[in-house]
Amino acid sequence: MNGALQRTPLHSLHLELGARMAPFAGYELPMQYAAGLKAEHLWTREQAGLFDVSHMGQLRVRGEGLHAALERALPVDFSTWRPGLQKYSLLLNERGGIDDDLMVTRLEDEVLIVVNASGRQGDTERLKALCPELEFSLLDRALLALQGPRAAQVLAGAADLKFMHARRMAVAGIECLVTRCGYTGEDGFEISVAAADAQALARGLLAHSTVRPAGLGARDTLRLEAALPLYGQDIDAATSPREAGLAWAIAPARRPGGAKAGGFPGAAGANRAAKRFVGLVGEEPVPVRHGAHLLDAAGARVGTVTSGTVSPTLGKPVMLAYVDAGVAAGAPLNAVVRSRSHPVRMARLPFVPKRYQR
Amino acid sequence: MNVPENLKYTATHEWIADHGDGTVTVGITAVATEQLGELVYVELPRPGAKFKQGDACAVVESTKAASDVYASLSGEVIATNAALADAPAPVNAAPYTDGWLFKLRLSDPQELAALLDAAAYRAAAGVA
Repeated sequence: MNGALQRTPLHSLHLELGARMAPFAGYELPMQYAAGLKAEHLWTREQAGLFDVSHMGQLRVRGEGLHAALERALPVDFSTWRPGLQKYSLLLNERGGIDDDLMVTRLEDEVLIVVNASGRQGDTERLKALCPELEFSLLDRALLALQGPRAAQVLAGAADLKFMHARRMAVAGIECLVTRCGYTGEDGFEISVAAADAQALARGLLAHSTVRPAGLGARDTLRLEAALPLYGQDIDAATSPREAGLAWAIAPARRPGGAKAGGFPGAAGANRAAKRFVGLVGEEPVPVRHGAHLLDAAGARVGTVTSGTVSPTLGKPVMLAYVDAGVAAGAPLNAVVRSRSHPVRMARLPFVPKRYQR
Repeated sequence: MNVPENLKYTATHEWIADHGDGTVTVGITAVATEQLGELVYVELPRPGAKFKQGDACAVVESTKAASDVYASLSGEVIATNAALADAPAPVNAAPYTDGWLFKLRLSDPQELAALLDAAAYRAAAGVA
């Protein structure tokens, strides 16, 4: 990542709010504000946190034969996809590994794809190559996430939207595209807004007493508790959807035996499974983090932790990890931290129940 | 920012209380705890362990990350604040008193002379 860090349209607001900024995927983003990570995390679980996720790319797709062309690139099925509905999808490589994970919204006359910051260039080029007849444009828009049980009171005009549904609407007099979704496990919304209007929108939302700013640090611990994978850390180009527990993201019609089976990159490799995604809870208080090795009872290495922290909600170490496909469910494991083994046990995911409004 | 005048410091945010008898108590400063945020875990050295000046000898962990604590001076660990193993909160709440980390018997007391005083540490850490 060369050169200066990019800034989001909310940069000066972050500084005003006392944010500690840090580099992430080429962007200078608020890691935490004055309240601190844990307070921001718990506030989001109890009230509503406002996150700037404008580093995510918003890719608009238009053109003749839009849906048929995108079905050549992605494991999606537009025949059963109503306008206004968002779906989670995957951009796979030829080996069936995950090149990026995507939020795809079908609108009346276009498709909007939210890509990870790391995928802005690569995803766009790859999709263009797969669908040369379509028109792709990365939009100059900010993305704000309002997350938490009070989010629907703050955004009362969108309170009737169901989970993973989108609507163009005015928020505080500003034209937005509001989608009921998020990356915290809580009810909430992601709000796409023109870059020039982003500060006014954020200030309007923060004027509600239940809304407080929350940084990338809290976003990471919230999504970890909700067992939502982070691209580049829990899932990557070497991991298949099945291994990641994301086989559900391949539309039923596109799976083997389906009405429109295959026909997208990686279709043949998407079902390989050399490893399995699991949740782990530490039996001891030591935090176990990304990269820690997992050993079986005999001391053989059988896995790797991909994300780990001490859960602010539960007060104990939680981990997302891969274990070899042969490891039995519930098998006792040890995690190695600074050359010492610490017992961990497999746990049901998510660690904290999701509260989506379906 | 609280930087007591009666302690010595390192640029890596450790404080050192010199007891004048060849032993010291070591902890991390309020500047460090403010940077780290709430600690969730502290790993301390074992009594009897010997370190050279600059060795990593303890770990303090926040929700976000693990950070090493360095031996400010060469010596042998003669005591640790074992209460922190179950509850690291005193390191945040009282970093210079209840939040102490470990005590060393110095093998080279001359090293004390190179530590920073409060004013030099404030300057090094960029705090008022």
